[in-house]
Amino acid sequence: MLKFILRRILETIPVLLCVAAMTFFMCRLAPGGPFDEDKQVTAEVRELLNKQFNLDQPLHKQFIQYITHLPTLQSFKYPNRTVGEIISQKFPVSAKLGFFAMCIALGLGILFGVIASLRPNTYVDYIPSSLAMIGICLPTFVMGPLLMLVFSLQLGWFPATGWGGFDGDLFFSSDMVLPSVTLGFFYAAYISRLTRGGMLDILTQDYIRTAKAKGASGLRVILKHSLRGGLLPVISFMGPAIAGLIAGSFVIETIFNIPGLGQDFVKSAFNRDYTLVLGVVMFYATLIILLNLIVDILQVTLNPKLKFD
Amino acid sequence: MNDTPTRADAPDTVEKGESLWVGAWHRLRKNKMALAGGVFILLLAGLSFMGPFFLEGDYYTNTVLEDKLQPPGGDYPLGADHLGRDQLGRIIKGGQISLLVGLVATFVSLTIGIGYGTISGYFGGKVDSVMMRLVDILYSLPFVIFVILLMVFAKDLGDSIDAWFKARGSEFSISGQWNMLLLFVAIGAVEWLTMARIVRGQVMSLRQQEFIEACISLGLPTRRIIFRHMVPNVLGPVIVYTTLTIPAVMLLEAFLSFLGLGVQPPTPSWGLLIKDGADRMREAWWMLVFPGALFAITLFSFNFVGDGLRDALDPKTSKD
Amino acid sequence: MPLLDVNDLTTYFHTRNGVVRAVDGVSFQLEKGETLGIVGESGSGKSVTCMSMLGLIPQPPGRIERGTAHFDGTDLLHCSQKELQMIRGRRIAMIFQDPMTSLNPYLRIEDQLIEPLLIHGLADKKSARQQGLAMLDAVGIQDAASRIRGYPHEFSGGMRQRVMIAMALITKPDVLIADEPTTALDVTVQAQILELIKKEQQELGTAVILITHDLGVVSGFCDRINVMYGGKIVESGSTSDIFYHPQHPYNRALQNSIPALQAKGKELYTIPGMPPDMSKQSAGCSFAPRCEHATQLCTSEPPELQDVGQAHTTACLRVQRENLKP
Repeated sequence: MLKFILRRILETIPVLLCVAAMTFFMCRLAPGGPFDEDKQVTAEVRELLNKQFNLDQPLHKQFIQYITHLPTLQSFKYPNRTVGEIISQKFPVSAKLGFFAMCIALGLGILFGVIASLRPNTYVDYIPSSLAMIGICLPTFVMGPLLMLVFSLQLGWFPATGWGGFDGDLFFSSDMVLPSVTLGFFYAAYISRLTRGGMLDILTQDYIRTAKAKGASGLRVILKHSLRGGLLPVISFMGPAIAGLIAGSFVIETIFNIPGLGQDFVKSAFNRDYTLVLGVVMFYATLIILLNLIVDILQVTLNPKLKFD
Repeated sequence: MNDTPTRADAPDTVEKGESLWVGAWHRLRKNKMALAGGVFILLLAGLSFMGPFFLEGDYYTNTVLEDKLQPPGGDYPLGADHLGRDQLGRIIKGGQISLLVGLVATFVSLTIGIGYGTISGYFGGKVDSVMMRLVDILYSLPFVIFVILLMVFAKDLGDSIDAWFKARGSEFSISGQWNMLLLFVAIGAVEWLTMARIVRGQVMSLRQQEFIEACISLGLPTRRIIFRHMVPNVLGPVIVYTTLTIPAVMLLEAFLSFLGLGVQPPTPSWGLLIKDGADRMREAWWMLVFPGALFAITLFSFNFVGDGLRDALDPKTSKD
Repeated sequence: MPLLDVNDLTTYFHTRNGVVRAVDGVSFQLEKGETLGIVGESGSGKSVTCMSMLGLIPQPPGRIERGTAHFDGTDLLHCSQKELQMIRGRRIAMIFQDPMTSLNPYLRIEDQLIEPLLIHGLADKKSARQQGLAMLDAVGIQDAASRIRGYPHEFSGGMRQRVMIAMALITKPDVLIADEPTTALDVTVQAQILELIKKEQQELGTAVILITHDLGVVSGFCDRINVMYGGKIVESGSTSDIFYHPQHPYNRALQNSIPALQAKGKELYTIPGMPPDMSKQSAGCSFAPRCEHATQLCTSEPPELQDVGQAHTTACLRVQRENLKP
């Protein structure tokens, strides 16, 4: 297993470099600099700013500088705050959102998927499956506002915006419900379909019949004999799911006005805040690759037919 | 005395087997949801592409400011938006755009995906390992981030080019179409991964199938093998995933438009309409609900058809 | 008092294409320690019969229409799910045809092997492990101690079937049902597996029901044989009666079909026609369309099992009434 991890890390480095390069050059090749649009800035001040941020140096030098000093670079648009600071402040918010969403996704998804698989093609199956269909087809940016409309504006059960209660300090508050549900629902739907499919696949296998012939109870058949195989598709999905959650967080944070990293990323892309953009991209890329590594290790551990090769 | 033996002739009935496609068609016909979805899509496509012939030219840009934010009824069957434009017209045009993006971007991802997958599956070995590893890595990266950056970059480039032309006194504007083109390519470039995987899987397993070896040993020419035996077997999953890629692509486009990076106003797309609707949710619920519902139902329909096709074409999963 | 008393067991499958009468009024008995063979073609209902007894038929689309199956005081077909679970694996064990798919690929061999002991509370984990090891040894797995922690895909077909046998017998059940245990295996391995079952049976005193389509397999193994066709038992008797005094035309035809017994150089004897379509109910004897002795009577009246000798029954009208000796 150690060799596997090492090999992965080796693979990762060129990928990350590519990501950094692509991001950097995409930003810089677009005409215009980060300060061009500031109308209050005169030409001389602009030159000074450019110098301060090393924007007058040749591109490849800038690139190397960025890579090596990334977390300590200053954001262009947030004066006196480094990229590292911003990320460490905003990321925990996004992480919590993602975590809650994932809990909803896995909890509801697996539960309903298993239930649906036990009585296929009956109402017990049709209802969760239809809900799942809706979840997959209703985009988050449609569902979010709709949920806000119904549950906040009309029914007043949950606040529409904000995060962490009045002061933003609470670990769990009612304003976290709608965003988490919106973000997680799509994945719950997808996971429930995967679970249902995986379980159905397993439940029709001969070895389930063998288990029953040994006198195993229904619950035992599900928990001990079926879940491990049935959930494999779900675990494979975790990789893309994490990437998707991150992408989804951009929209959710925008809609619900949550002070997370996603919101900042979109803004910084629009504002040409190169350092922040690069910082966020690299951060997310590394995070995703790390999480994917964990998912892959998990897959091999749970499926005896796979080996670390 | 015994009766003379009157043994009925043992019936030599050989059941008429049905080809994969015929069987699939039968199974599909039985799937009501898939049929409903298919009908809906056809109706929608008809409305979007033919409908405009019956409407006045500016049906989606006609701003009548006095009528702004009219609720549904009368002149404005689906309401008017914040600039007094008829929602119905905008939704139809939006449908055109969204469907167009769906089809073209899917085509792009199909092309890339099939090409990539076939090469990887056919050659196998080291080539395949490397190519698939690349796909794995790309699959887990949030491509969306790149698309966002790309669109920002494209938008700026487009704006600059426009400014350049304007400065020379020309009305030429590239940004609109340029944007669309890049949108197609960007979205297509995100979605090809799944198709590549599917195609590669099919090609690989086909190559190893005994019936291909049988074909070779029977002396069938290579072209015949490919076209009569391999292509039909790859076609099935490709069709299924194409039908499932279209809604994914439409979703991505709407997502980008929602962030302001997709189709640019005043051209409507459903994503833009939904964004406008979400912004004005409190005053004008019809701006959100109608485009949102229509969008969701369209995605629904595509997914049902795709699912139905998948169940129909894979005899192992038939529910009988 | 027989150990197992099955009476008029009837299982139909209600499918979209019609009702498939897989098992149609089957009755037989099994004595303690006896070996019963159930022989028939694919689709004759032999597997469904035994699976119905243990409630392993998916119930839709299958349904046990009527019948009773008394085992030591409990009617298996009408008892609660809990009672059935207590009997399965503990007092009646079943092994299946395809060892490649009958073991759970995601669990270790050990876990699956000792599971019956744990489910039925017959041992704690430690003792169960020891018994498991002993069982693996007894069924002839070399190097059992190190292999027991392995996974099914690391075992060959023959070895997996041995594991299945060990798993079935670990609770020392009263009845072992073996559904075509050797069909999926190499010929050389087949004999070994049968020997193993025989040996275990003698040691433990288990009654065995051996389901197979292979006459050769039952001849050396079983005390009694039920021949099934079209969902019904058409002849039942001791092994020697079945082989040396076959009464039912189907049985006779089967005997004639054994390639080894036919003269070299002549065309091989085959039973004409095809197995019956089980979704269509025939008015008379289900074998009539293929029987060379069939008469008007045979196609109109359904035959019942009747004695034709000591503990020897047949369901052929012509044999019963006219003493037909074809």
